[in-house]
Amino acid sequence: MAVVVVLVLVAVGSVLFHLLSPWWWTPIASNWNYIDNTLIITFWITGVVFVAVVLFMAYCVLRFRHRPGNRAAYEPENRKLEGWLAGGTTLGVAAMLTPGLFVWHQFVTVPDGAAEVEVVGQQWLWSFRLPGADGKLGTSETRDITPENSLGLNRNDAAALDDVVIEGGELHLEVGKPVKMLLRSVDVLHDFYVPEFRAKMDMVPGMVTYFWLTPTRTGTFEVLCAELCGTGHPQMRGTVIVDNAADYQTWLSQQTTFQQLQAKAGTKETAQAGNAAPAQ
Amino acid sequence: MVDIRHGTGEQIGPAEVEDVELYHPHSWWTRYVFSQDAKIIAVQYASTAIAIGMVALVLSWLMRLQLGFPGAFAFIDAERYYQFITMHGMIMVIYLLTALFLGGFGNYLIPLMLGARDMVFPYANMLSYWLYLLAVLVLVASFFAPGGPTGAGWTLYPPQAVMSGTPGGNDWGIVLMLSSLILFVIGFTMGGLNYVVTVLQGRTRGMTLMRMPLTVWGIFTATVMALLAFPALFVACVMMLFDRILGTSFFMPAIVEMGEQLQHGGGSPILFQHLFWFFGHPEVYIVALPAFGIVSDLISTHARKNIFGYRMMVWAIVIIGALSFIVWAHHMYVSGMNPYFGFFFATTTLIIAVPTAIKVYNWVLTLWRGDIHLSLPMLFALAFIVTFVNGGLTGLFLGNVVVDVPLSDTMFVVAHFHMVMGVAPILVIFGAIYHWYPKITGRMLNEAMGQLHFWVTFVGAYLIFFPMHYLGLIGMPRRYYEMGETAFVPASAHTLNEFITIMALIVGAAQIVFLFNLIWSIRHGREAGGNPWRATTLEWQTPETPPRHGNWKELPVVYRWPYDYSVPGAAEDFIPQNQPGATSHAPEGAS
Repeated sequence: MAVVVVLVLVAVGSVLFHLLSPWWWTPIASNWNYIDNTLIITFWITGVVFVAVVLFMAYCVLRFRHRPGNRAAYEPENRKLEGWLAGGTTLGVAAMLTPGLFVWHQFVTVPDGAAEVEVVGQQWLWSFRLPGADGKLGTSETRDITPENSLGLNRNDAAALDDVVIEGGELHLEVGKPVKMLLRSVDVLHDFYVPEFRAKMDMVPGMVTYFWLTPTRTGTFEVLCAELCGTGHPQMRGTVIVDNAADYQTWLSQQTTFQQLQAKAGTKETAQAGNAAPAQ
Repeated sequence: MVDIRHGTGEQIGPAEVEDVELYHPHSWWTRYVFSQDAKIIAVQYASTAIAIGMVALVLSWLMRLQLGFPGAFAFIDAERYYQFITMHGMIMVIYLLTALFLGGFGNYLIPLMLGARDMVFPYANMLSYWLYLLAVLVLVASFFAPGGPTGAGWTLYPPQAVMSGTPGGNDWGIVLMLSSLILFVIGFTMGGLNYVVTVLQGRTRGMTLMRMPLTVWGIFTATVMALLAFPALFVACVMMLFDRILGTSFFMPAIVEMGEQLQHGGGSPILFQHLFWFFGHPEVYIVALPAFGIVSDLISTHARKNIFGYRMMVWAIVIIGALSFIVWAHHMYVSGMNPYFGFFFATTTLIIAVPTAIKVYNWVLTLWRGDIHLSLPMLFALAFIVTFVNGGLTGLFLGNVVVDVPLSDTMFVVAHFHMVMGVAPILVIFGAIYHWYPKITGRMLNEAMGQLHFWVTFVGAYLIFFPMHYLGLIGMPRRYYEMGETAFVPASAHTLNEFITIMALIVGAAQIVFLFNLIWSIRHGREAGGNPWRATTLEWQTPETPPRHGNWKELPVVYRWPYDYSVPGAAEDFIPQNQPGATSHAPEGAS
């Protein structure tokens, strides 16, 4: 009878663990509470199914275990029962999928007027770029990367010159403002991951990927890399600080633009910068 | 609707082709080493798979030691850690699970269960094993190569897999890994063609497709899928090998590595992911379908009851097999592919849950009103259902694209796939070994050791992987050598990691008991007789146990489906498939 006891313990214990254990998601800091809601619906539906199946098994073992003289019933098929079970399952699956697809539609639809922020990953640090006064990110190319131009911005693109470049530093975002995160990598796959934002996306060399969010509370959040990127993967950390509007503007005004960085580098190493330019 | 159980008044026609004489071995070498007997090849496949599986087990101990007690073991540095997880994953998925289910159980059971003398191409079957062995040896060689094995993660995603920031990336590791996989696919293709042709052409008289045991249906469908899926892995490996050795750029865009421009450009890392998962997702079912089939037969035999809804079970296997080819990109929701793919792949993925759930219902409904013998195979089958249902349900989280976004790349994924395609199929493998060992050796495995093995493995594995989901829910990423100081990870999560590590050590140790039992029982096990479980399928009706080369004196003729257990009016509670005549008490039609 140990089997029956253990099966019941598995069913009941798993539910109790879920309810009582201290391990749960981090308090959310973005608009993606829709994701959390879909997750909760899924927990409920799957939890009921799991408990029902395991307890039913426990009952069967208890009730129909072998005793001398027992004989099993002979029932090859029961199309009615099979039909009901298949129908019920389809409903349950639809109940999870439907809200999931609605939320996914929101996830892939970036709202008009979302600010653009670029995140650039490389082994093993994060860099960021914000559009400058013109509100537009300039073009960039991995081939244009040099020690002085670590993000490979296009020097001949006026839109790039006023871009704010933050190398290996902290990114600040403004609370309540939708932002489209444009993701780029210069070497291997990375993944921009802030658990409190819920959203994440891989960064792939050779292309620009994206996701969007609206930060909903101020605070300091840790950025992790969520896609294996070599031995330094766990050390690839960064920081995102969500500010109110005033703090954000203060911070933004202290940042350096691409043009300023170039000027700084140019005065030091004019020769090298001159060599790199014709390659474009 | 046709009565699936036994064609009443059906005439079994005479044989269409003459019985062929097999190539009989002339020496010890051709009998036991370069054997063409599927049963010997099966044991060779299984032994090799278990041996390399033990390596993977030790690797899992080492990685868990690092996760539970970071920094306590100086020799586990970051490079080694990534090598351990990579090799553990690849060995378990390909070289253990695939090889054991198809090469091991497939070879042993297909000819015997179908009443054939052997596989239809015995020589190619032998080559299949030797290529598999070569693939394993090449894989093992990478442990001793300069730079060690690859540490790219078992998914081998480029560009990092072939770059210097990854262990083995610009050394021998990745080259040997890819070469080994290429050899494995070639070897598997030889075996796989054999299994498919044997099922289609080698069945004995009366063994219609709808009278095949579900074990054969599972292995057959999985093999067809593997023959279609492995070529994608094959070309992906060849292309990456070219990128690595010849400097091509199939998967390599313009890259700046540590400040230096590489001589690559124009390739697509995501192309590799599509190829890999076009193989990789069917691969999940290549492992799962044989397990589904085998567990159906274990439950039926040990509950002394016909499997419930046989036809539905067959169709579910076939439909799952087909659907599994159009769900692959659910592994790539956050890969950066066009996000609109998410709608399609989430829908197909969740549709697969329906035939899968039907299988679960039919297993538990087979228990209902059964005569359940709590033998070791039955215990493992029950444990399989628990872990499979658990892992299958968490698949509904990860398959539902938007729910996947926060959970992707976290420990939740690790917990999910270990539960559903690690623990669950391996529990079936154990159940199957306890079930068929008496046929293979003529002796029973020791019951006391088996009970110890079962309880520690089932309860321990559940305690490892169930709480692990919650580490992922916190947000703890997978493939982290160390979490270090991370604000959102509470101290209690580290305690949980210690607990998981200790359980992993205990569960691993229980497998040593199992190995000992396997060896000890060859000589000291209780004599089994020909049909210790009183089972209906043909492999239990051989004239000799273990069956000799050629399996049968006269080829058996099949008169009924494989699930005539507890037929009302029959004297015994089972009627073998080769027993002629309708039963005295013909039951109502199944339709």
